[in-house]
Amino acid sequence: MANNPPDRNTLPAVQKIRIRYTKLGRLKFSSHRDFQRALERAIRRANIPIAYSAGFSPHPKISYANAAPTGCASEAEYIEIGLVREVDPLAVKEELNKALPEGLQIADAVTGKTSSLVERLEASLWEIQISPIKLEVLQKAVSCLWESEAVEVERVTKQGLRKFDARGSILGIRARGLPDDPECAILEVVVRAGSPTVRPDDVLSALKSAGGLALTVPPLVTRRAQGNITENVFQLLDPFAPDRE
Amino acid sequence: MEAKLKIAGESIFSELEKLLPFVNKPVQYVGGELNSVRKEWDEAIVRWCLMYPDAYEVGLPNQGVQILYEVLNEQPDILAERTYAVWQDLEQLMRENQVEQFTVDSHRRVSDFDFFGISFSTELGYTNLLTALDLARIPMHAKARSEEHPIVIAGGHAAFNPEPIAQFIDAAVLGDGEEVVLAISAVAKEHKNEGSPGGREELLRRLAVSGNVYVPNFYDVQYFEDGRIKKVNPNKPGIPYRVSKHTLMDLDNWPYPKAPLVPLAETVHERASVEIFRGCTRGCRFCQAGMITRPVRERSITTVATVVENMIKTSGFDEVGLLSLSSADHSEIAEITKGLADKYEGTSTSLSLPSTRVDAFNIDLANELSRNGRRSGLTFAPEGGSERIRKVINKMVTEEDLIRTITTAYANGWRQVKLYFMCGLPTETDEDVLQIAKMAGEVIRQGRKAAGRKDIRTTVSIGGFVPKPHTPFQWAAQLSWQETDRRLMKLKDQIKSDRECGKAIGFRYHDGRPGIIEGLLSRGDRRVGEVIEEVWRRGQRFDGWHEHFSYDLWEEVSNQVLAKYGIDLNWFTTRERSFEEVLPWDHLDSGLDRGWLWQDWQDAVNEAEVEDCRWTACYDCGVCPTMGTDIQIGPTGVKTLPLSVV
Repeated sequence: MANNPPDRNTLPAVQKIRIRYTKLGRLKFSSHRDFQRALERAIRRANIPIAYSAGFSPHPKISYANAAPTGCASEAEYIEIGLVREVDPLAVKEELNKALPEGLQIADAVTGKTSSLVERLEASLWEIQISPIKLEVLQKAVSCLWESEAVEVERVTKQGLRKFDARGSILGIRARGLPDDPECAILEVVVRAGSPTVRPDDVLSALKSAGGLALTVPPLVTRRAQGNITENVFQLLDPFAPDRE
Repeated sequence: MEAKLKIAGESIFSELEKLLPFVNKPVQYVGGELNSVRKEWDEAIVRWCLMYPDAYEVGLPNQGVQILYEVLNEQPDILAERTYAVWQDLEQLMRENQVEQFTVDSHRRVSDFDFFGISFSTELGYTNLLTALDLARIPMHAKARSEEHPIVIAGGHAAFNPEPIAQFIDAAVLGDGEEVVLAISAVAKEHKNEGSPGGREELLRRLAVSGNVYVPNFYDVQYFEDGRIKKVNPNKPGIPYRVSKHTLMDLDNWPYPKAPLVPLAETVHERASVEIFRGCTRGCRFCQAGMITRPVRERSITTVATVVENMIKTSGFDEVGLLSLSSADHSEIAEITKGLADKYEGTSTSLSLPSTRVDAFNIDLANELSRNGRRSGLTFAPEGGSERIRKVINKMVTEEDLIRTITTAYANGWRQVKLYFMCGLPTETDEDVLQIAKMAGEVIRQGRKAAGRKDIRTTVSIGGFVPKPHTPFQWAAQLSWQETDRRLMKLKDQIKSDRECGKAIGFRYHDGRPGIIEGLLSRGDRRVGEVIEEVWRRGQRFDGWHEHFSYDLWEEVSNQVLAKYGIDLNWFTTRERSFEEVLPWDHLDSGLDRGWLWQDWQDAVNEAEVEDCRWTACYDCGVCPTMGTDIQIGPTGVKTLPLSVV
């Protein structure tokens, strides 16, 4: 890649690259803003020919979608970047991975050839590891939640305390045990993206109010996938599939 | 829960991880910065934990800590990690869950390290030191520590008078740290290899006899009935009467930072900072930094270019700060800025000179700085409002020069100029302070004419003056906070009453109260340590943060604790000292001749100025002969920067 990025103000974007990245390990505690800064610096270090917006205070052309909350790990975060000349997406992935810190890594990159990526991030599959807990207790709470028509939860947002229904966005929820640890259980939940976004902690609040589930230790939360819903609700479609065709 | 066996150097991240979902900005505690270093515990013989005693967002960018971190980790048998002050939400959870103070690099317990080094840029980090010691389960008092505890060492500018924290630290180091941390490590390594004969007491003795390290416990302080110090004496054979500061003489041999730490979390400075010279001989009498870092030692244009290139390559920062106490004073500043601006043309890399004197500033320089990036605001520090008071503080800038420089900036397209001042300078009267309003008004009036437009602004920013050790004002009386606040309010009214320009002048001020506590900690002696401990016990932390600082608590505790010595808060702050009085830091040698400092204090009162010794004759401040140092300035004649290989 070029050693000097071209003059940022003159060139339009000619290629869109769609990227799936991970947020794992201790860097799951980074916020969305933390990631933005790390990515922009990595782009500079890696000399990726990023396009800039026009105007008095130009910004690199990066679109972010549905960022996982601070404290949640993820294997399926998505962004789209605009470049001023065509580059092999795999080269972008390789160069960015050298420039990004351990934990924040590019898992997949494709050239965006089709319409909106965000529309294909219809739902998220979250895996929530809970410990210590008995599987039966968790299963019972899951059934109570699933059978409820609506479960109102509260969350403090920047606008103040907000009340909303968490149940309506939950498309599927199931619990399983871990064979080697009877004190630990895994909750899988598929949540539809929307407004307000129902987050893993909202699902846990709903389990508490609908099923009396109380946790003593914060669970480990990981987003496993995002994509369109299929017949098997726990099997989301790869959002890059149309771009690969 | 049953007690687990502790393993030295093990990670406690899994325990910390359980607490992080409940705290604000957890990313500040997880490390993982670009260019951070993780080494195997068993590979190292000497292990350092370095601390900047403030929140991560303030501490991470600190140059001192970053340089020492890199210098130490370059050595194969030394390991260095970092820790910062934890906010109170996490502090409380750590106490409830018995999680100890940890490093952010490998999340090891601070108590496992050989050395715990704390860099004090200001005295306002003292209470945070106590929190860290307590959370690390290191006894707060040096005398109570035993073989398993780290040696606690203070450095940084505040360590030039470490007496207020003398009972909490095992040692203090004055001056530049690069060479001395390696020298200390070498002594420790030898001692360890011998099987640590005599334990920590012997290690401290070896460090102290070198004359390079101050060990407060090896010195006794005696007082007169009236509270003044009678004498400070070594209490062991072989311990020197005075401890000297360290001066790094060849900055080109130490081109650090090579790979700056790039955090994920947002911090106060997000830029690649390159020190272009160390020391300052302008001789501003209030400025402790300028006095204790003498002589001037410039980094060559080629080394500056190399450091900048390395840092940009390894960090991805888009701003380069050319740091020093007065950056435009570098003998080749024009060549440096032009060379860098040429080299980074078209890369949207901007340059900044964070400290620029009015009389060293020019528009060509400013234009070079903003060529590749944003045109940020300009900031100047006249410090004093009247020409008379500027003579007292030896900040030799005439009002004419000042206004000419600023109006030229307005004429060249700058819209906003910030002006820094101090209130409460020795001999100051209301008239001196009110002169600031006249100056600001004149700046706007002439600026409007020069710019041909009305929408220019200036901001007057002003705070209370705090006399500091090792400066000519070390004997001066600090102005009471009541009087400081009264003068500030009078100034505010005066600015507002300017009908023509008042609306174009912003006024920002710091009230006088925090300055009084800073004054207590700056010029305090060992008895002040009891005050620090007691305010900490009553919950005081993060003194540098307005929202966490309680003047009332400090005042109440000071007067309670100090009463048994027949002294109080005012005794340490608003009292003028005489030449004969033994000052708490007189046994700590900054290289400045005490007689010269006194003469300069008398000159201040008589409004007599002294020139910069870089360009005129020597004034015998004492540094060069006693420290075996010399001024190092250009020009070197090197005009172009080396080009990088493309």
